[in-house]
Amino acid sequence: MRSANLQLDAHGRLKHFLSIDGLNRELLHQILDTAAGFAGIGGRAVKKVPLLRGKTIINLFFEPSTRTRTTFELAAMRLSADVLNIDVQVSSTTKGESLLDTLRNLQAMHCDMFVVRHQSSGAAHFIARNVQRTVSVINGGDGRHAHPTQAMLDMFTIAHHKKTFEDLSVAIVGDISHSRVARSQISALKILGVKDIRAVGPKTLLPSALEALGVRTFTDLTEGIRDVDVVIMLRLQRERMSGPVLPSSHEYFQVWGLTAERLEAAKADAIVMHPGPLNRGVEISSDVADGGRSVILQQVSFGIAVRMAVMSIVLGRGAGNPDAN
Amino acid sequence: MSDVINVDALLARMADTLRPLVEADGNVGMIGIRTGGVWVAEQLHRALGLEQGLGALNINFYRDDFTRVGMHPQVTPSDLPFGVEDRHIILVDDVLFSGRTIRAALNELFDYGRPARVTLATLVARNGRDLPIQADVVGTHLNLTADQYIKLNGPEPLELALATRLNHPSNS
Amino acid sequence: MRIEIAGAEVIDPKNHVQGVFDLFIADGLVAAIGERPDGFTADQRIDGKSLTAVPGFIELSAKVREPGLEHKATIQSESYAAVANGITTLCIPPDTIPVIDSPAVVELIEKRAREVNLARIEVIGALTNGLGSERLAEMFALREAGCIAVSNADRTIANSEIMRRALEYATTFNLTVMTQCEDPWLSARRVVHGGINSFSLGLDPIPESAETIIVARDLLLAEQTGARVHFCRLSSARSVDMIRHAKAAGLPVTADVAVHQLYLTQASLDGFDTRCHVRPPLRREIDRTALRAGIADGTIDALTADHQPHDTDAKLNPFAETEPGISGLDTLVGLSLNVGHEEGINVARIVEALSSAPAAITQLERGHLGPGAPADVCLLALDETRVFDEQQMYSKGKNNPFQGLTLPGRVTHTFVGGTLKYQRENTTP
Repeated sequence: MRSANLQLDAHGRLKHFLSIDGLNRELLHQILDTAAGFAGIGGRAVKKVPLLRGKTIINLFFEPSTRTRTTFELAAMRLSADVLNIDVQVSSTTKGESLLDTLRNLQAMHCDMFVVRHQSSGAAHFIARNVQRTVSVINGGDGRHAHPTQAMLDMFTIAHHKKTFEDLSVAIVGDISHSRVARSQISALKILGVKDIRAVGPKTLLPSALEALGVRTFTDLTEGIRDVDVVIMLRLQRERMSGPVLPSSHEYFQVWGLTAERLEAAKADAIVMHPGPLNRGVEISSDVADGGRSVILQQVSFGIAVRMAVMSIVLGRGAGNPDAN
Repeated sequence: MSDVINVDALLARMADTLRPLVEADGNVGMIGIRTGGVWVAEQLHRALGLEQGLGALNINFYRDDFTRVGMHPQVTPSDLPFGVEDRHIILVDDVLFSGRTIRAALNELFDYGRPARVTLATLVARNGRDLPIQADVVGTHLNLTADQYIKLNGPEPLELALATRLNHPSNS
Repeated sequence: MRIEIAGAEVIDPKNHVQGVFDLFIADGLVAAIGERPDGFTADQRIDGKSLTAVPGFIELSAKVREPGLEHKATIQSESYAAVANGITTLCIPPDTIPVIDSPAVVELIEKRAREVNLARIEVIGALTNGLGSERLAEMFALREAGCIAVSNADRTIANSEIMRRALEYATTFNLTVMTQCEDPWLSARRVVHGGINSFSLGLDPIPESAETIIVARDLLLAEQTGARVHFCRLSSARSVDMIRHAKAAGLPVTADVAVHQLYLTQASLDGFDTRCHVRPPLRREIDRTALRAGIADGTIDALTADHQPHDTDAKLNPFAETEPGISGLDTLVGLSLNVGHEEGINVARIVEALSSAPAAITQLERGHLGPGAPADVCLLALDETRVFDEQQMYSKGKNNPFQGLTLPGRVTHTFVGGTLKYQRENTTP
């Protein structure tokens, strides 16, 4: 029954970055354009701009992740902010301090932003609802719900290689039902105007809601990526590989693994993406992962620029805003 | 402004002043500050026949009013086709007013490397400095009242326009 | 104490009474409706003009949280919340701590209820020992101790053989078995209905089949064993259809629906509103429509609040980590009457769904105003509206998503056994 979009302040500016849902095309383009401005910084002598000097950013990771946390840390540091990394170990069997208490204790340290990664869907929303007015929250991945910065860096990568979004055909392959990355990517692609969005995988991993969202579903990989401009491979988590959802990683690779041969069904200049980390020989063969069409390493470096863009836009909401720092 | 300033004449005079510096040192790099400074720099770059490509600085991320005005709408990112380290840089802007833009530009420039020397060339230098910054090469000096401001329109043709603001002008 | 309620509109669905009549109460029972009994002089006379008199409402599922979870609510707090909202009987499901699988726990609750002495408390005993779904509970002892029915609370017995045996055993003692249908394997660790909303929210979906499979199974077992089975908290259109067919085929089954399911759908979860985390989960528009139709045509016999008061912490976590349930006593009457308005359902049918229908389901001699019936009476201003405010709830649990909704029906007096247990402020007797 609550309706207001939690992410925007009273002036319609981005205060929290929790999910792609509810944002408009202009805002997504603003993020992409701003990221372009940051993309060259890694090549300079001083790899920093003073934009967020004096701000304190806390990486609050309830789920372990070296890769994502490192890029957020680097992004914050390149904006000259002070960064604190907090890894909260929460096991499913022991109940420690409540999430709210953890938050309250941290807020006593007067920070400006939390970057949060948590195993429960909706955790970032929950935190955004319960922080002080002056604190912003960026969702670094919550359960199965969303991973908006990953989706934006994926969009940035696509924009870097392809001219416009409207005429593109994009296929997402793999475990969509358990993927927060896929959900955010689908939202972003739709908002940016991509008309042909496809999901490819076994029925056990394709949610029935996809068709209702306008995403075409395929269980055949070759047909699913035929003539597409972009192939996005998703990571198959180890615990899914054998059990009630899939019989084995071996069979998964036989049917849905991206090999050079299967890739030929896509357009000649199609790019291959993967949010990482890779399971070579499960989702993707090594020759494709390391081949000429793969832009996987670029995604990593673009990730820093995109996260810098999101942080500066969120913390730089500017004058006339009662919540401005 | 009832009489129109002859921008081309100003640019020609600035180029004449800069020419000796450029000829003495074969390693000069010219950098314009977006957006108006780049327009001016393009004219000077052509007039001086510089070998190195023209650099452009977007000072958005170095502004001192970031927390007050926030992220600006899009201006193209900085682009330097040459290294800054040990080079004589000619920094070019359209209007020198409070000096804050130049302060930001210098900070950004030094994050690229340590220049040997920086020469500041500006088409117009008007009254109203907030910081102790002066230009080395000036097209014209102007004395305006507090509610007047001068703006360069371009890129083709380049024209200076004088206007009166209702509230006090902010940083230039 | 002799009480006369004069000039109210009396709605007594069981006895087909609907009209302006005087109501006479004596010795805790209804003495007469309409004609003053010979020699009746009232000790108290209440002016019922522009008010409506109905049988006190019977709530089929009120988790009063005592014994075991008194930080959420108590028999005292929820009994008062009941009578303040026109509810004169609360039926407590067996999932207290300890579980109601022994006469000792029944007696504990009944003793406390007598001390509190507000709404009547009825106890539903456990179907299996400890609600563990393996061993049968001692249903004879529970019945003797006063249990009105048995159930496995919201823990569906997955093992069909055990369910069958439990139904047979309950039938031995003429006990109604209440069943809430959700296949534990299809719903394990999941919290919402499957669909666009659950996909967007990244919450693992509970398919509709989790409910319909068990509804189908329990209907067939009811037929096989001859048990009286009551289906609790239906949530899907398909389930309503199955109940409708079963009734048409002559099966003596009954059903109820939680009133919030007639309002909320999965769209209400947008933004992860944990107040809308309920079990069974909120489903689609078409399910809501079918549930409303089910109330209208009587396929669904009764309305319940499915009352589950919580402490604030229980709802203060990421969605899947919150406890499900709405504190529903304070909105039961308003939401029920409002559905009647919206769907053009006769108010008598709504009153029936809250009084005589639950009474029939639990075989209680209550829920009507015939002569000799216990004088459990609720007087209310049917059309007077109020904006619901969670700060003004009587229940100890404030977890209710209907904040700000304008609801009709304001209770002015509530009698239990002819004794006034609640009177609204600023009303003259």
